[in-house]
Amino acid sequence: MSAVSEAINLPSANASHEMGMSGLHKAIFAALLVAGLMAPFVLYPVFVMKVLCFALFACAFNLLLGFGGLLSFGHAAYFGGAAYASAHAAKVWGFTPELAILTGTLGAALLGAAIGTLAIRRQGIYFAMVTLAFAQMVFFFSVQAPFTGGEDGIQSVPRGLLFGFIDMRPDLNLYFLVLGVVFLGLLAIYRIIHSPFGQVLKGIRDNEARMTSLGYRVNRYKLAVFTLSAGLSGLAGATKAIVFQLASLTDVYWTMSGEVVLMTLLGGMGTVFGPIVGATVIVSLQNYLATFGDWVTIVQGVIFVVAVLLFREGIVGVIAKLIRKPL
Amino acid sequence: MFELLGIPPQALFGQLLLGLINGSFYAILSLGLAIIFGLLNIINFTHGAQYMMGAFAAWMLLNYLGIPYWGALIVAPIVVGAVGIVLERLLISRLYHLDHLYGLLLTFGLALIATGVFRNFYGISGLPYGMPSQLSGGQNLGFMFMPNYRGWVIVASLVVCFATWFIIERTRLGAYLRAATENPTMVGAFGINVPRLITLTYGFGVGLAAFAGVLAAPIYNVNPNMGADLIIVVFAVVVIGGMGSILGSIVTGFGLGLIEGLTRVFYPEGSAVVIFVIMAIVLLVKPAGLFGRTV
Repeated sequence: MSAVSEAINLPSANASHEMGMSGLHKAIFAALLVAGLMAPFVLYPVFVMKVLCFALFACAFNLLLGFGGLLSFGHAAYFGGAAYASAHAAKVWGFTPELAILTGTLGAALLGAAIGTLAIRRQGIYFAMVTLAFAQMVFFFSVQAPFTGGEDGIQSVPRGLLFGFIDMRPDLNLYFLVLGVVFLGLLAIYRIIHSPFGQVLKGIRDNEARMTSLGYRVNRYKLAVFTLSAGLSGLAGATKAIVFQLASLTDVYWTMSGEVVLMTLLGGMGTVFGPIVGATVIVSLQNYLATFGDWVTIVQGVIFVVAVLLFREGIVGVIAKLIRKPL
Repeated sequence: MFELLGIPPQALFGQLLLGLINGSFYAILSLGLAIIFGLLNIINFTHGAQYMMGAFAAWMLLNYLGIPYWGALIVAPIVVGAVGIVLERLLISRLYHLDHLYGLLLTFGLALIATGVFRNFYGISGLPYGMPSQLSGGQNLGFMFMPNYRGWVIVASLVVCFATWFIIERTRLGAYLRAATENPTMVGAFGINVPRLITLTYGFGVGLAAFAGVLAAPIYNVNPNMGADLIIVVFAVVVIGGMGSILGSIVTGFGLGLIEGLTRVFYPEGSAVVIFVIMAIVLLVKPAGLFGRTV
């Protein structure tokens, strides 16, 4: 879709054909890792874990929007669905945290494959509406299903013992698990973007008809990236459920789908690091505005409007333009 | 009295009536979305918020200015439509050269702002809005009790839907509009002010949503969240029907409302998701939508 290529028609889109990780990107990943290792000693660890989970969620969403050119307005279904699955696995089935997270991730990927199969039959604006509608269906299912706990959600999910023997109840222990999960997730997304598969995706995003004429089975690629994106969103949601020991309706509601779009748009869609920045900004904002009630919604709406009208490249997109390097 | 498959007829017809009422809101809202999409090429995510604003406008007119229901039915759509025209001129018109998706994102942001503002000032518990005294009471139709107001909502919705169809398909203004949907540049070359046509179309679509909001106010409470969930169902309605045909939108809206009502009788747990299930089936069988022309 030209939406995305128009916004990131700059170094980020064009110069990413080299396969290895550039020196700049290596440096940024290293800096992120160092910052992540130091953060819990400076900031409140649970807050940083929330930022990390949403950073992964936004990057997974950006894989679909920024590189596949597909705007899903229903990613809350995979994030929240995985949260329910992992919370249920940890609490009722007594799974260890790593198995619970894995359960959530696989569940989200399966859900993504099912919804994706239907959604890719329509394009553009209809695709967004279809994904939103199916996510609302998942929401209504979560309201009624017996195991989700309705309005209460699944509460006091045990954090458990990692691999059966490392106690995850202290925040710092859990923090390093979350950091590891999120960092590996981000590296996986980076690898996908810069693989031959990722190159084909960008081709489909920029000119679907030409990729079809070149012999690519466009729909298979779309479904594959949709499933990957849903699975990685699920990884984020499942991890969040273990951190907060809670899976609730908030995670599957459409406002959550809107938030991840906002994080990606604000940080810079189609950039590698933009969604991390966008997620950090929005989660911090929610944290500071939490006591002001509905002002969070209003401020998010204003950011949406301003970002669409004046700031379509996003924060990282603008920086990439200034330093003339893909970020 | 007879019974149908073990369901007492009052319950059956009562739910069918409620289904028809929901269907009339689906029809009016999807009609507005389709008209706006046809000319502006954006999906108006603010549509649900504008429906909510119509209901609030009716409530404010009554409580602040003392203007009763019948006045609100005319004034509220004009006021909310005017707000829509201002938004279109100031903000939305800046996106026409970009991809559709930006229009969706912008109007989503506007919907968040509108919902947040009303939640902030009026809370989320909902405000009661009494029905006009002329329409209180009801008729005994023999097989069911028909509240007058509900009958009025269905009649008014049908009249508005067919008036819209008439304007678009049978008048000169409608001909300009249809032509501009096909080829705005050519219509502009004939000396018709296309940007003004676009603005008026947006205002009209928004006014339709506000009209539905006023109709809904006495049935449901006036609530800042009333539009948010409705608009997502309307999106599904639009996907099922396709946005190519006016009559298609009307038929799909009323039909899905009825199906939802029937589901509420025979399988209540499924009533919230039945429209989405139908959407899935339509996507499998006829991806372009029942009345759709393009994919």
